[in-house]
Amino acid sequence: MKITSAADLETVRQAGLQKLQPVKPRIAVGLATCGIAVGGSRVYERLREIIKRDGLDIILTKTGCIGYCKEEPLVNITIPNKPLVILHKVTEADAEEIIKLVQKGKVPADKALCRVPSWDHVTGCILEYGKGFTKIPLYGKVPFFKGQQKVILRDAGLINPEDIDEYIAVGGYKAAIKALTGKDSETVIKEVEKSGLRGRGGAGFPTGLKWRITRDAKAEKKYIICNADEGDPGAYMNRNEMESDPHMLIEGMIIGAYAMGAPDGLIYIRAEYPLAIKRLKLAIGQAREYGLLGNNIFGTNFSFDIGIATGAGAFVCGESTALVASIEGRTGRPHPRPPRLTDIGGGLFGYPTDLNNVETWCNVPVIIINGSDWYARIGSKDNTGTKVFSLVGKVDRVGLVEVPLGTTLNTIVSDIGNGGANNKKVKAVQTGGPSGGCIPFRLFDTPMDFENLNKAGSIMGSGGIVVMDEDTDMVDIARFFINFATGESCGKCIPCREGLKHSLLLLNRILAKKGTKKDIETLALLSDTIVATSLCGLGQTAPNPVLTTLAYFREEYDALVKP
Amino acid sequence: MDEPTLDAIIARYEAPSGRLLGILGEIQDQEGYIPRETLGMLAEKLDVRLSQLYSLATFYSYFSLTPVGEHVITVCMGTACHVKGAPAILEALEGMLGIKSDTSVDGKFSITTEDRKFTLAIARCFGACSMAPVLRIDGNLYGYATKENLPAILGEYGWEP
Repeated sequence: MKITSAADLETVRQAGLQKLQPVKPRIAVGLATCGIAVGGSRVYERLREIIKRDGLDIILTKTGCIGYCKEEPLVNITIPNKPLVILHKVTEADAEEIIKLVQKGKVPADKALCRVPSWDHVTGCILEYGKGFTKIPLYGKVPFFKGQQKVILRDAGLINPEDIDEYIAVGGYKAAIKALTGKDSETVIKEVEKSGLRGRGGAGFPTGLKWRITRDAKAEKKYIICNADEGDPGAYMNRNEMESDPHMLIEGMIIGAYAMGAPDGLIYIRAEYPLAIKRLKLAIGQAREYGLLGNNIFGTNFSFDIGIATGAGAFVCGESTALVASIEGRTGRPHPRPPRLTDIGGGLFGYPTDLNNVETWCNVPVIIINGSDWYARIGSKDNTGTKVFSLVGKVDRVGLVEVPLGTTLNTIVSDIGNGGANNKKVKAVQTGGPSGGCIPFRLFDTPMDFENLNKAGSIMGSGGIVVMDEDTDMVDIARFFINFATGESCGKCIPCREGLKHSLLLLNRILAKKGTKKDIETLALLSDTIVATSLCGLGQTAPNPVLTTLAYFREEYDALVKP
Repeated sequence: MDEPTLDAIIARYEAPSGRLLGILGEIQDQEGYIPRETLGMLAEKLDVRLSQLYSLATFYSYFSLTPVGEHVITVCMGTACHVKGAPAILEALEGMLGIKSDTSVDGKFSITTEDRKFTLAIARCFGACSMAPVLRIDGNLYGYATKENLPAILGEYGWEP
């Protein structure tokens, strides 16, 4: 069927609710990449076997990841009129017991992480599950979840990402229908501008402004692209957003395409994310069936469709001009801007092109549904909304953390993350991937927003936070990143290609204890030169890990060299 | 790769956007590497210069021009994996497989055992950082790798001490 009206959408929504809150027990296994890797699919298979063997009236389905990666595999149990219960560290061996208890309307208390009596899906849709199981902690009392505010990840780990009906059940595509049937392009763009939304890919460029520039470009054709290349090692929030809630991204793109008047959308995604690619393709297919993609969406005269282009492992392709070259089938080598992507002649196949990160697109539906005022109240001035961070490395509670922009590192690492793993002392974090820097523990009152991170010498990047403890050698970390950047330099401009190579040689010499004080000075000078003279963002930011470790951990360098 | 298989892959890519990388990616996924003759065949079919395809195959780290062994072990060398000991995992694997890290002809880290049973490669980041260090064997991810649990993991693929 094709959805052409709010009434149609409501019909599907009701059907979706039946799936989310059925009249019989429902078991949903967390099957994002991380859940699968630690045994989630084995749990799913075992549950399936038992249900089939005994001919039980229990619904078994899959869900994405709620972000508490440390506790995986996670399994959700929904028993009618009882709170949703999230089980953690579930193995195949637990399956028989789970099924036995669920049949009696119970859950295994020793495996229960928390209970969810009701869940706010933010889009004006609150799901009431029920009361009971009072001995199991409430979701909001779990220390890892307590400080978080789920806006982007509001559905992740709760709905089945492979079923469009469940996304619609929790308010999905309501924003798209609201925009396409009730607002003109200017109103949508103004709303996004007023929300203060800034690009989540790292640079923090105002999204509404980029949309306006693209819309105003006079050309016969325009493209919009989603950058899902997520190349920063240590960052995986985009993967989870696509694996756990692909329709949120698609809905954001539909609204953007409408506002900018672009009939063609592309998702440029790295080939290393096979599950995300699979789920996106599935989601696009389902959206087409409902007429949410394709010709005359919602019966309007607006048509739009999305294709998928795979990247092939080149960090530099996160740079906009390199990304476009890659989609066109060329090597990803950046060219100087202007022309920018939004300019005529600068974008994909020469057409004006808007490029936004996965998470940026995911922010759009909620802005349209709840309004820019609601959105702008989250976070801080000029840094509105939430941001999903991947908290990894030597931290106790690893996982995906969504907090308002401007939340301090202390809150994220010490409170939500519970400090260092194995009771070690946290020494620093590295934010922003290879383009970012290391921030020492004494600066952990730094608010995580675009400006304050820059002030600390680092960047937001896509939101990776890699925690380092007292055992981590900071000079080795600097070498790690320079080695990475050397390998990923496209080789076009000399400062990046040669400068990074020589930085690496210097770092190797220092780490081999064969360096001198002079080498450290040369390294610092060379780093400044690379920053000042490289052609694109990769080179301009690649020395950041060296510069920040030199600034904050100079003593570790000094200890390695001869006077 | 035979001609009908290649034709079938090409047929899946009508739109120009992402066409070349998509086709090369599927060849890579099916064969484990990109054979020289397939690259030649593709150049002819698409009327693209072989040198352009070669530049793509060497520029992007996802592609390999060297044949791989029966099982491909890829160690993630991302930041989280690095701080949690990925270099030691890589070293342990080299010891277990009796090979030494080296770069292959196309400048990418990929080395195959003499009996062609295993290929050892590295990756930039799988995006599975929460369970670092991570390795992947033939598409299956293994988190929380330690030197101690490597023999059991490799044992699933017929590795013997």
